[in-house]
Amino acid sequence: MSGGHSTYTPSTGIEKWIDARLPLPRLVYDSFIAYPVPRNLNYAYTFGGILAIMLVSQILTGVVLAMHYASATSLAFDSVEKIMRDVNSGWLLRYMHANGASMFFVAVYIHIFRGLYYGSYKAPRELLWILGVIIYLLMMATAFMGYVLPWGQMSFWGATVITGFFTAFPIIGDPIQQLLLGGFAVDNPTLNRFFSLHYLLPFMIAGVVVLHVWALHVTGQTNPTGIEVKSKTDTVPFTPYATVKDGFAMVLFFILFAYFIFYMPNYLGHPDNYIPADSLKTPAHIVPEWYFLPFYAMLRAITFNIGPIDSKLGGVLTMFGSIAILFLVPWLDTSKVRSAVYRPWYKLFFWLFVADAILLGWLGSRPAEGVYVVMAQMATLYYFVFFLVIMPVLGLIETPKRLPNSITEAVLAKSKGGAVPAGATAAPETKG
Amino acid sequence: MKTILTGLATLGFGVMLTVGGALAQEQHSEAEPTHFPIEKPHQESWSFAGPFGTYDKGQLQRGLKVYKEVCSSCHSMKLVAFRSLEELGYTEDQVKALAAEYDIQDGPNADGEMFTRKGIPTDYFPSPFPNDAAAAASNGGAAPPDFSLIAKARAVERGFPTFIFDIFTQYAEAGPDYIHALLTGYDHTPPEGMEIPEGTHYNPYFIAGKSLAMPKPIDDGQVTYDDGSPETLDQYSRDVSAFLMWAAEPHLEARKRTGFRVMVFLVLFAGLVYLVKRRVWANVAH
Ligand code: HEC
Ligand code: HEM
Repeated sequence: MSGGHSTYTPSTGIEKWIDARLPLPRLVYDSFIAYPVPRNLNYAYTFGGILAIMLVSQILTGVVLAMHYASATSLAFDSVEKIMRDVNSGWLLRYMHANGASMFFVAVYIHIFRGLYYGSYKAPRELLWILGVIIYLLMMATAFMGYVLPWGQMSFWGATVITGFFTAFPIIGDPIQQLLLGGFAVDNPTLNRFFSLHYLLPFMIAGVVVLHVWALHVTGQTNPTGIEVKSKTDTVPFTPYATVKDGFAMVLFFILFAYFIFYMPNYLGHPDNYIPADSLKTPAHIVPEWYFLPFYAMLRAITFNIGPIDSKLGGVLTMFGSIAILFLVPWLDTSKVRSAVYRPWYKLFFWLFVADAILLGWLGSRPAEGVYVVMAQMATLYYFVFFLVIMPVLGLIETPKRLPNSITEAVLAKSKGGAVPAGATAAPETKG
Repeated sequence: MKTILTGLATLGFGVMLTVGGALAQEQHSEAEPTHFPIEKPHQESWSFAGPFGTYDKGQLQRGLKVYKEVCSSCHSMKLVAFRSLEELGYTEDQVKALAAEYDIQDGPNADGEMFTRKGIPTDYFPSPFPNDAAAAASNGGAAPPDFSLIAKARAVERGFPTFIFDIFTQYAEAGPDYIHALLTGYDHTPPEGMEIPEGTHYNPYFIAGKSLAMPKPIDDGQVTYDDGSPETLDQYSRDVSAFLMWAAEPHLEARKRTGFRVMVFLVLFAGLVYLVKRRVWANVAH
């Protein structure tokens, strides 16, 4: 779409001068002002913008925190407390950063589920989807390393458990773990390299976000009908239509964010992380941050050996597999219809999948004993069946509902056709 | 879609409730409990709870007195500086006098000697033991934890579905509730057949086991209050818990005050942006 011609016309002398040398204003104009977006996008489509602003917020608060933070095991915990007590508005920065990470994940999960619901991964958007999964992976690495920095009990033991996963792999496992740790156990070298990487990865995320947005602007956005844009009446210009809608959603999201920062700043964290790390005292239950809980549940669900694969390696493979499988989604879904709106059975299984993911999250916070183990095994099974069986098979056997011919038709049908004056559809261009 | 969603929600709730019930039944043997604490703390009412919560300075001063006269012989509070006590309503001179009650190790001086001097407001509360090993050795093998963050470092799990309601009721006082419950929870007799390890004391509210190394630290009438507040175990426990919350979260009041302004701004701003959005989209069916 934006592969088409640019509609930017530099008006002043300076703009012409710049445009002839480095057409940056043209790029911005074409990407964020004239860029056509489907007119029927709903609020589920606002989370991309929310994610962008959360990344900026994490980087800004993070850079200031890093000015006061000391990445040595003997200083880290107290330096964070110094931020909380003595640095001007330090408590605000730190709570923004810690809760911001959680909100970032809230947004990314909604964004990913949105993609799964509306079939956003289907051709020609496979690379767009894969870049998204890479961003998600980088976010997980960043958040994991960030959580180690305050050097509390959960920082230390979380790092010990998670880096321990790698030892499950034969031969290469131990060297990988030692490389991550910078030694044989979590210690000062670990903290230093995690800080370095925690500073670096968000900028790599920003780089991949640029590729993600670039890919988006080549293929254009999907929309709730899943039908590609066919004519000019199907779209509205990004500004003001999408800008104001995204802006409204962002403010609402900030209300949620602020609620946690100011009223429940420790709700999403673990109390044990207010105890300084102690390598001699293992906490009763080591639990990761809430956003990793579904994967943690799948890891612990594998309590049995499968042939030569022991339960530990099996668990780790299941956990990595649960993320790796996302890369294959564009090719696992065989349906010709993109959006779940027109796929009654897929819609049902999709919502079951959402419930399953939430259930897994809750199970991840429970001790791995008794009924919880069986429940986690069932939930893990459904997770994989959804991708490996339901997606490919359903696409072949499901009878979709009748699709509208175009976005415009769908929209006008919804607003009861005749109620909209004919001129209205053309209005966007004259306004844009 | 709505019917599917409601169906799913009911299904999910059903499954969770059954499992929850099954689990509740699993906790059987009274003498050998496997889940701690044995008793959940009661939810007390605190002046600093809720969106407009503020500390009660009189209470914090009483709590400080309890800490100084009782707990500080075992528990350190390394991250709290004397200067911050001004937030409890003391004047600069009072803080100076209070700091001077303590002897602080300093040095080395020009001769290379360590020396002891009177405390000044920028000093931190000195620790009763030279190190953790010494603290553990004097307390039956368990070092008394530092108090700077104890009110945020302990929270008894609330369980499903309470933990969801907590978001809406803004319940963030699990720490002080726990400390209050622990201090007032000593005089129970252990159930028949329960073995209490030598040198530990039964307390059903202890988060990590059936008994802990701390003996009942405080009882009725032990600390004199000069503001007429009741000199009871319950009152002492309340006051010291509130004081420890302040020690862990000294900027709580500023946080909630700022929060209110931010929320008011965001809600008004959201309203305005919504009106603009309505206006912009008014002529476009979508
Ligand atoms: C005689 C020394 C001593 C005194 C005095 C004392 N404590 Fe303790 N306290 C301990 C020890 C030892 C522990 C560690 C117990 C354990 O882990 O078994 C402890 C632990 C605690 C804990 C943490 C329990 C947990 O969840 O780990 C709290 C809270 C506490 N004390 C509060 C107080 C308060 C409040 C006072 C003053 C009113 C006080 N203590 C006075 C020795 C003392
Ligand atoms: C993708 C964006 C980021 C995410 C998801 C993220 C996540 C986190 C998390 C979860 C913590 C632990 C918070 C806590 O419990 O205290 C943390 C801490 C920290 N982060 Fe980040 N972070 C991001 C970006 C950055 C950047 C760009 C910097 C620095 C330039 C940074 C610097 C720090 C520092 C210094 C700490 C330790 C202080 C503290 O614990 O509050 N972060 N981060």
